[in-house]
Amino acid sequence: MTVKVEVKNLTKIFGKHVNRAKDLIKQGKTKPEILKETGATVGVDQANFKINDGEIFVIMGLSGSGKSTMVRMINRLIEPTDGSVLIDGENLMKMDKKSLREVRRKKMSMVFQNFGLLPNRTVLENAEYGLEIQGVDKETREKKANIALEQVGITGYNNEYPDQLSGGMQQRVGLARALANDPEILLMDEAFSALDPLNRTDMQDQLLDIQERLHKTIIFISHDLNEALKLGDHIMIMRDGEVVQTGTPEDILTHPANEYVEEFIENVDRSKVLTAGNVMIRPVTINIDKAGPRLTLKRMKNNEVSTAYVVDNKRTLVGIVDANDVIGLVRKDSSDLRSIVKTDVPTAHVDTPINDLMDDISQTGIPFAVVNDDKQLKGIIVRGAVLGALAGNEVSHFE
Amino acid sequence: MNNIPQIPLAHWIDGFVAWLVSFTGFFNGVTNFIGGINNAFQWVFDLIPIWLFIALVLALTYYVNRDDQRWSLLGFEFFGLLLIWNLDFWRDMTQTLTLVLTSSLIALVIGIPLGILMAKSRIAEIILKPILDFMQTMPAFVYLIPAVALFGIGMVPGIVASVIFAMPPTVRMTNMGIREVPGELIEAADSFGSTEWQKLFKVELPLAKTSLMAGVNQSMMLSLSMVVTASMIGAMGLGTKVYFAVGRNDAGGGFAAGLAVVILAIILDRLTQSLTRDHKRG
Repeated sequence: MTVKVEVKNLTKIFGKHVNRAKDLIKQGKTKPEILKETGATVGVDQANFKINDGEIFVIMGLSGSGKSTMVRMINRLIEPTDGSVLIDGENLMKMDKKSLREVRRKKMSMVFQNFGLLPNRTVLENAEYGLEIQGVDKETREKKANIALEQVGITGYNNEYPDQLSGGMQQRVGLARALANDPEILLMDEAFSALDPLNRTDMQDQLLDIQERLHKTIIFISHDLNEALKLGDHIMIMRDGEVVQTGTPEDILTHPANEYVEEFIENVDRSKVLTAGNVMIRPVTINIDKAGPRLTLKRMKNNEVSTAYVVDNKRTLVGIVDANDVIGLVRKDSSDLRSIVKTDVPTAHVDTPINDLMDDISQTGIPFAVVNDDKQLKGIIVRGAVLGALAGNEVSHFE
Repeated sequence: MNNIPQIPLAHWIDGFVAWLVSFTGFFNGVTNFIGGINNAFQWVFDLIPIWLFIALVLALTYYVNRDDQRWSLLGFEFFGLLLIWNLDFWRDMTQTLTLVLTSSLIALVIGIPLGILMAKSRIAEIILKPILDFMQTMPAFVYLIPAVALFGIGMVPGIVASVIFAMPPTVRMTNMGIREVPGELIEAADSFGSTEWQKLFKVELPLAKTSLMAGVNQSMMLSLSMVVTASMIGAMGLGTKVYFAVGRNDAGGGFAAGLAVVILAIILDRLTQSLTRDHKRG
């Protein structure tokens, strides 16, 4: 993974006495202290993070957390007070107006919360805007704009005006306008927040779809944790201008950095985020290449279970055995464990979201076997553990 | 109060005007320039036969006004212009129209850039705002005095006085229109790498157009209201007819000329208003 965007000590202070406030920040004073002493408001306080090439990086926080200021500092719509933004290793802060304009034209485009479409231009003319100001000729820019409009699934509206379209459609035009420049980085400021829930889900899916094809580096601002968890490869949580935690969605859910994040994730629909791997527990396993019926029975007794999971030397899942069958085998004095193994075990991949398994789990009596790509048994899912995980309890991890 | 000597304000201003008059060359140049524009308009209007003029006004109205009510406007224009012709005010009407168009044009050419400057720079706004207030509230008569000193007698000083009196709405409305462009659209323009000029011409001015045209419309109406005042220093037209009627205590003649002004005002107002509305859709 190469780093596409690197942000170092990025700080924004609004108001008067900016320099004094800057010194106070470096001394480690808090936001209210600085406000009291200087009257200046700290918008973003010394943020540090890296964004990988081709990932969706979600910056999330409630209003006033500094997330919108943050994204605007990345393309310098808001001039940072201190710190640096490196794009492909190049420091944006050191650029003059002209080079900055070049970066904005070629490297990154922005999508806005309220779409930011020009009401006096048609859909096509809006999508062409970025190319038009670069001096691209009419024919080429029309072609590129049309491709972009097609990518976001909006065709046949070229000559309509923005106010004739629904919110979802308008934002598709906004996205097409951003894509028409073929930028490497997309900045999306609460891009779906103004849409109704159904449209929002649609757009999220579409963004993921587009991302799969185009592999842009996307910096997505959101106040909605569900959205963040759905879209983000990495999520950065901000509060009062400070970065609270940065990590993968799973990191954030399983290891919240502090009480604030914990409170935040309390309301999350975990079923959409947690995977089979997150909720599985350790099963009682029998290695069929080594163990016979007697040893099997003994292990089942010790662990007080009536079913055991059978694997081979490579831990590949073979099936399950039932305690009654094992007892029968022992009585017959047979050692052929394979004859009683049931192979029709419900299985799930470790990365399957439990949301997708929920129905099956509730209908099947036997716990699900969780396997990896090589069909190796990694754990099992029991109903109790699923409920526990949804309620936010830690599942005992193992291996 | 008797102990405090009177401030010689009038004397100072006289001194200032006298100082300005010493730039004869400059003011002669301006006089010739404005006079040139004025004469060009007048030359065109004199050239067009009256019936053709009426037809052109109707055609223009038909073209720019897509309202349902355009037929009543067309009817009004037709009979209104015929009435002016019939009353033998045609030449006076075109002279007044010339004065209004010339001063509106100058007000526009100076006022729009000033409005843009005002929208872009806080300092410009702070300086210009009181000046605009001054220009608009000072009794318009007062402008005539230095205007005569600087530009002589005739159309030009009338136009200059009209410009000063009529320009503020254009400046103000341009300023307001640009400032009211939603912040997100400005951000959008910037985020795609627009230059300042591109932002101005592709985003700000098109979006400020409605407000800007409302300013132009107001300026035009204000300069029309100056025609009687301007006639006192020799600006010819319908104003002169009214002015003379006052002198002769001729109520009938005064109202007849006044009615012609009203007709002209309504036509100009409706035309500029429909210009504002119609071209919203490309």
